[in-house]
Amino acid sequence: MKIVVPREVHQGEKRVALTPEVVAKLVDAGHEVWIETHAGLSATYSDEAYRAAGARIADSLDALYRDADLILKLRAPQLHPDAQVHEVDLMPSGATLIAFLWPAQNPQLLERLAEKGINALSMDAVPRISRAQKLDALSSMANIAGYRAVIEASNQFGRFFAGQITAAGKIPPAKVMIIGVGVAGLAAIGTARSLGAVVRAFDTRPEVKDQVLSMDAEFLELDYEEEVDSSDGYAKTMSKAFIEAEMKLFAEQAKEVDIIITTALIPGKPAPRLITAEMVASMKDGSVIVDLAAEQGGNCELTEPHKVVEKHGVRIIGYTDLPSRLPAQSSQLYATNLYNLLEELIDDPAGPIDFDFDDEVIRGVTVVRGGEITWPPPKVEVSAGSQQAYSGSTAPDIEDEPAADEEPSPLKQAARSLLPIGIGALALLGMGAVAPASFMSHFTVFVLSCFIGYMVIWNVTPSLHTPLMSVTNAISSIIVIGALLKVSSGDGLITALAALAILVATVNIVGGFAVTQRMLKMFGE
Amino acid sequence: MDGQMINAIYLGAAVLFILALGGLSSNENARRGNLYGMLGMALAIVATLLTPGVDRYGVIAVCMAAGAVIGFVLARKVQMTQMPQLVAILHSLVGLAAVSVGYATYFDNGNDFTVAEKTVHDIEVYVGVLIGALTFSGSVVAFGKLSALISSKPLLLPMRHGFNGLLLLLAVYFGVQFVGAESMDEAVFPLVAMTVIALIFGVHMVIAIGGADMPVVISMLNSYSGWAAAATGFMLANDLLIVTGALVGSSGAILSYIMCRAMNRNFLSVISGGFGSGGKSGGAGGAEVSGDVVATHVEEVAQMLRQAGKVMIVPGYGMAMAQAQREVAEVTRLLMARGVQVAFAIHPVAGRMPGHMNVLLAEAKVPYDIVFEMDEVNDDFPNVDVTLVIGANDTVNPAAMEDPGSPISGMPVLRVWESKTVVVLKRSMATGYAGVENPLFFKENTRMLFGDAKGNMGELVRALAE
Repeated sequence: MKIVVPREVHQGEKRVALTPEVVAKLVDAGHEVWIETHAGLSATYSDEAYRAAGARIADSLDALYRDADLILKLRAPQLHPDAQVHEVDLMPSGATLIAFLWPAQNPQLLERLAEKGINALSMDAVPRISRAQKLDALSSMANIAGYRAVIEASNQFGRFFAGQITAAGKIPPAKVMIIGVGVAGLAAIGTARSLGAVVRAFDTRPEVKDQVLSMDAEFLELDYEEEVDSSDGYAKTMSKAFIEAEMKLFAEQAKEVDIIITTALIPGKPAPRLITAEMVASMKDGSVIVDLAAEQGGNCELTEPHKVVEKHGVRIIGYTDLPSRLPAQSSQLYATNLYNLLEELIDDPAGPIDFDFDDEVIRGVTVVRGGEITWPPPKVEVSAGSQQAYSGSTAPDIEDEPAADEEPSPLKQAARSLLPIGIGALALLGMGAVAPASFMSHFTVFVLSCFIGYMVIWNVTPSLHTPLMSVTNAISSIIVIGALLKVSSGDGLITALAALAILVATVNIVGGFAVTQRMLKMFGE
Repeated sequence: MDGQMINAIYLGAAVLFILALGGLSSNENARRGNLYGMLGMALAIVATLLTPGVDRYGVIAVCMAAGAVIGFVLARKVQMTQMPQLVAILHSLVGLAAVSVGYATYFDNGNDFTVAEKTVHDIEVYVGVLIGALTFSGSVVAFGKLSALISSKPLLLPMRHGFNGLLLLLAVYFGVQFVGAESMDEAVFPLVAMTVIALIFGVHMVIAIGGADMPVVISMLNSYSGWAAAATGFMLANDLLIVTGALVGSSGAILSYIMCRAMNRNFLSVISGGFGSGGKSGGAGGAEVSGDVVATHVEEVAQMLRQAGKVMIVPGYGMAMAQAQREVAEVTRLLMARGVQVAFAIHPVAGRMPGHMNVLLAEAKVPYDIVFEMDEVNDDFPNVDVTLVIGANDTVNPAAMEDPGSPISGMPVLRVWESKTVVVLKRSMATGYAGVENPLFFKENTRMLFGDAKGNMGELVRALAE
């Protein structure tokens, strides 16, 4: 299969779809990989590195796209600035394109691809299920964006993040508020925490609270309660009352914090407006806002996409290319995500791509197939992160008899619990009728001792079960008393038997107590 | 010393024994409890020696001195990893003593009995000898299995349940003969025949039980040794023996119950044997497991451990076999010195006897406040960065929860796979004692560290110490 990787032509895009490392794996698997010359240069991957990994370098667009089966890109196809043609028109009909296509925002592009007979897979449409995590490129990019957001903020912020006490005075730690605890938000929390800032985070989904706390950050909570269903793993638009409570919280926090990082996105909708102009004005001079939703309209009213602006003494960062600002890292993760997708997609390197629509991952990412638009896919219920796949109750229990489901009648229940007692009582009565008096008194002692043993032994801690066995072993050698009583009777045989019993029982007594003492000494230390 | 005085001392000894067992409810009181036990035993023996009629002090002194020396040397010399063997052999001695005392009592039948008393007494002797002989031979076989003198695989005779049934019928038949015998000479044959049958039965019972069920077997033999003492108490009409025997018997019974529950098996199915035979259960019952096993090396494990916030260590019998407990303790110490949170998770049936792992870890000086029982830590695994599974297999097998067809289905297991990474130290890809494939090894977050556990842990100590 001919796999081609064009140079990204979007303004300022520095990433590349494949790294030499992944190229080598694809070549090993029997594919022919073509890279457009200088495609990886801005991500620090030279043509030589690709060549060394087994790729062919295409000097012209024609050489690149000719007979291409699979085209791997990051950005959606657009007008090629050098060739002055649309990238879709460069692609051969029947080829398959994999990129971030944002199908909800780009319906015309999908139509164009369908008309051209190009199959398209959109990396932003990977369903959020556990099995698909390894090809979830959005998470990979969000992780990088979250990290970079903090780095950009620190770049614009005129102070340390960590508090310090120096000879020149005390420096308080920076206070960072992070809105939206998705992958990007979590990465931002981690980065800001490791720089030493005090971090607070807010999310409409209460189930992320534990994740926030586990990262040593504070979770901001509203007094307001609302049922939030996130069955698809993403946040949703909230009710009016909820939004009011939320805005009040942000307004309070804005006065206090130095840095706000917003990552709130609702799929297929403009970003929610969370930070108003008044809140910005209420912030301390020198504060910084990083708006990761800038491209979707911004969470902050004053954000201007693609640039940094200063309003009311607050710098607002609206960069939309944060992952591209760490090009080597993002290319590496994206290439690995692509590789994992190709492994699912291609069984035989010589054969056609297998669009298995029964596979919900493949069904989800495929947005155009055979000239038809297949987006949006049917809804998939996902496992939210907080639910564990395994728990005691879900384990199949084959021991249950089907009859156990029926509620036994109270009479039967009573009969069932009384039956053993009745049998026991009868047995005792029977024994009392025939056994001699001396036996009965010993038997009383025996039964009561069993109960004492039962009570005492349940209190023994499981870690001391081995010493328990050795000490019970020692005391059960109390049998030696029987031997001692018999050893003095006249008969030689009896004496011999008793002497043997004394010998072995003493071994047991001394050995048992000594080894118990030895073990308990170890536990005592 | 008169009879009432002696009985008072016996009562004191019985109370001291109860206190000895009660002391084991916490590490702090356990040693004092053991001293109570010793005191009780000493009191009982001294009181018995002063009983009127006991006068052969020479024989007694020689036997007790010899026994004490042997016992002391045994207790000193034994390695902590060999505790199950030691306990097994000590059980056999209780059984042997019970048989000897039973015979001696029978031959020394000087007392005058009424008919009913005679019958009861004969039954007591018969039952006492039976349990004693059974305990003796069963424990000897258990000892052989534990010290690898006999294969730990279950030996299954054809028609073994029929064979057991036949032995039981014979025992009952000879019992009737014995009780009904007119004279002592006539009764000796049934008694001896029954002893032989009980010995065979003990051997046959334990030899059919697999290595993984050893914790149950040991607990059960522990219980039998108690019942043997109690039966001896009945035949001698001695309450101290009855009380002590009952305590020990119920202790062993509870331990057996705990072990069975930890394996989700019922006592009868363990005793009837056969579990742990690879051929029977492995192929037919469990689902086929396939997938890739990812091997790792010591340097990588050291790297993971250095970066981890929380590490859980799950030891199993493999750690005891490799004698790796000191290296494990050293790794623990190094990690804790780095500020890594380390905890141990102990499955109730880890090892070959109840509490086996705890003893080994205590010997290696692992602080006992970081050693936890299964139920205490099983929900913590999602917060664990790295879980080290050292020589455990069936106790961490997800098939117990996921695969209803698995022979170990329903057995409570440590959910190690919920932690972020699991490192399994193992000699090879062989199955555990239950003969069941372990899907854990094929999970995405599992790394296999093949080789001798002691060697690998030693390397790990060096890597972490750098």
